[in-house]
Amino acid sequence: MEISESVFKPAVEGDGVAKVNIKDLAVYYGKFRALAGINLSVHEKRITAIIGPSGCGKSTLLRSFNRMNDLTPGCRVQGEISLDGENIYAPGVDVVDIRRRVGMVFQRANPFPKSIYDNVAYGPRLYGIHRKADLDEIVEKSIHQAALWEEVKDKLHQSGLSLSGGQQQRLCIARALAVEPEVILMDEPASALDPISTLRIEELMQELKKDYTIIIVTHNMQQAARVSDYTAMMMIDEQRAGRMIEYDHTNIIFTRPKDKRTEDYVTGRFG
Amino acid sequence: MRKTFESEIQQLKDELLLLGSMVEQQILDSVESLKQRDIEASRHIYKTDAQINAKRYAIEEQVMIAIATQQPMAHDLRLLASILEVAGELERMGDYAKGIATVSIRMGDQPLLKPLIDIPRMAQKSADMLHRALTAFINEDVAAARLIPAEDDEVDGLYTQVYHELMMFVIQDAKVIERANWLLWVAHNLERVADRVTNICERTIFIATGEIKEIGSSSDEST
Amino acid sequence: MSHFAELMERNRVSHGRRRKVANAVMLSLTGLLTALALVPLFWIIGYVILKGGQYINLDFFIHLPRPLGMPGGGVLSAIEGTLVVTFLAALFAIPPGVLAAFYAARYPNTPLGVVLRFSTDVLSGVPSIVVGLFAYSVIVVPMGHYSGLAGGAALAVIMLPTIIRTTEEMLKLVPATLREASLGLGAPEWKTSLNVLFPAASSGILTGFLLALARAAGETAPLLMTTLGNEHFNISQIFTAGVQGHKSIFTILWSIVNQPVDSLPLTLWKYAQQPYPERVQQAWAVALVLMLFVLIVNATARVWIQRRNRLMKG
Repeated sequence: MEISESVFKPAVEGDGVAKVNIKDLAVYYGKFRALAGINLSVHEKRITAIIGPSGCGKSTLLRSFNRMNDLTPGCRVQGEISLDGENIYAPGVDVVDIRRRVGMVFQRANPFPKSIYDNVAYGPRLYGIHRKADLDEIVEKSIHQAALWEEVKDKLHQSGLSLSGGQQQRLCIARALAVEPEVILMDEPASALDPISTLRIEELMQELKKDYTIIIVTHNMQQAARVSDYTAMMMIDEQRAGRMIEYDHTNIIFTRPKDKRTEDYVTGRFG
Repeated sequence: MRKTFESEIQQLKDELLLLGSMVEQQILDSVESLKQRDIEASRHIYKTDAQINAKRYAIEEQVMIAIATQQPMAHDLRLLASILEVAGELERMGDYAKGIATVSIRMGDQPLLKPLIDIPRMAQKSADMLHRALTAFINEDVAAARLIPAEDDEVDGLYTQVYHELMMFVIQDAKVIERANWLLWVAHNLERVADRVTNICERTIFIATGEIKEIGSSSDEST
Repeated sequence: MSHFAELMERNRVSHGRRRKVANAVMLSLTGLLTALALVPLFWIIGYVILKGGQYINLDFFIHLPRPLGMPGGGVLSAIEGTLVVTFLAALFAIPPGVLAAFYAARYPNTPLGVVLRFSTDVLSGVPSIVVGLFAYSVIVVPMGHYSGLAGGAALAVIMLPTIIRTTEEMLKLVPATLREASLGLGAPEWKTSLNVLFPAASSGILTGFLLALARAAGETAPLLMTTLGNEHFNISQIFTAGVQGHKSIFTILWSIVNQPVDSLPLTLWKYAQQPYPERVQQAWAVALVLMLFVLIVNATARVWIQRRNRLMKG
């Protein structure tokens, strides 16, 4: 099976600047190589989707962008990931700052068992913002951006857990937005939601991409097709390491992909 | 909801309208160039036809992308499928206009058998029908779409007239048979344009109701 | 009808009847045994109320013990002593216990983490009298006298394993995604533990603490060797004496803990052994007080937790 190693694409002209560049990334869990030979250029203020069959390393790749993989014991990273040209895995890099600039929204909404207000204010408070007026402003702005304000403006002091599933997920998005990230990572953000809530989150993503670079992992191909500008297709090789098979404009991936494996996957004939 | 999809649909409709007006113009220009014996203008028709073909394929690609990425259902699906159909119809109408231009070039310096009256009238009528049918399609105006096919009778009537007139010419002087043939061919193309306009109206009704109903004209189609 | 359906049909009546009988038998059996298990509980409670209730009155709670022969008298010293000692035990046990549990939950596979969990298990099995002896030799002997301090320390050692274990279990129950969400926002580990994990696990941790407290309050053996007993222990007296003597608050507090104190279990033990029926009566009353104390602690815990849960779930 030939594997095209270099899908390294410098930013296409007129297509937005490259916000994050991955070069020759490999990720190991102990001796096991989970990701190999990943090269990827994520365009600024666009939505990039990562698709592929279960277990192909999509989440591992996503968690590399904000160094959440550091939390897994035995995890080792080779290669580099550059945010605005600076390698986030360079020694001496401030991980806390990376995690502020690269926010994350998880598969299952996970609001803290605190009030809605305190959930969103958690991030800013971490960074030393304590004045009520400042926090009020940030909280309101972030909840507005997450298209949740009308629904919660009168109950900011109720528990975050009292909201519905879709609302909780939007709360988590507001929480991530409150620290003004530059990149937002979304790990299957709507997989636990009903179709209407899913569509609302997708509409929200389209709004957010005006200001943020969004990278989303999804096993729902139709969602990737609907929402993203670029799609990266991943698959595992014979050594069970995840590799990037194809990376192109979403329109191309879903109407005339170049690699047969991609074609098999999007037409549902894979496996 | 689905703002992106909505704007994609609107874009496609706009493109289709644009294609339609290109074809309309093409029909009128081809007949005008024949009438005026303007060979250059006739040759220009060929260039424009290439643009029409390119635009048709561009629309097709956009529709495919919309279907692949937006999973349209029900009305949306019927609309997109119909846009594909209509783009094809328009392209073929463009080919009819090109055929007319071919006749004009072939005729070269030879004089017309008579000053063209009915043929330009057919062109006007067909182009006008096309314009209104497309407008009805874009606006999903079923009422208007139901009324337009009946006007095909008028075009058919003009065709019959032209046919008989040309036959008379040939009977009187067998040597004019080549030119008569060509002119008949022009009339035939224009009559086909009107027929295809009927198809567009059927599609408009299909989008709204989900049913394909052939709207036959009152005179038989025996060309 | 399919083969399986035929077989089912054939057995329907007999099997159905058998099933009903078996159901009834098992239900009655479990009910019976449950009742059996509850018997000791209700018997003890009833007996203590019966025997001890006769002697309870307000005097009992607010007066110091009187010498035999004199009517009245109470166990104020014992109550205050128990409160002091359990308070000290909580003070000594909670901070290291909770922090150790955080460490064990976060780094279960490091050498320290493994040692910690193993030692906790071992410590929970150490007999309480051994703990008392340990406190005796380590605190009482060097200090030269019995004290509430030593008693508190001994009880703290007994409370420690329970606190560590329940705190750790409660922390493990907090979904990992909460921690990840906090870290993802850029919070360092310690802030995450403090601001997210601890509040999330707090009701569980509180339960663990109160369980440990209730148990410690009833321990007699360690107190034997560390607090001795002090029928004149009266906090308000110590306080007023100190204030009058212009002593600083620290000196006053120190003098409270730095002397032998009385306690309820100890008092019960002493009185129950004496040959005077009056004292035995009082012993029963103390038993009732002790039980009430445990009951109140548990009830408070439950109410508190329910209220918090309702607030949190919104």
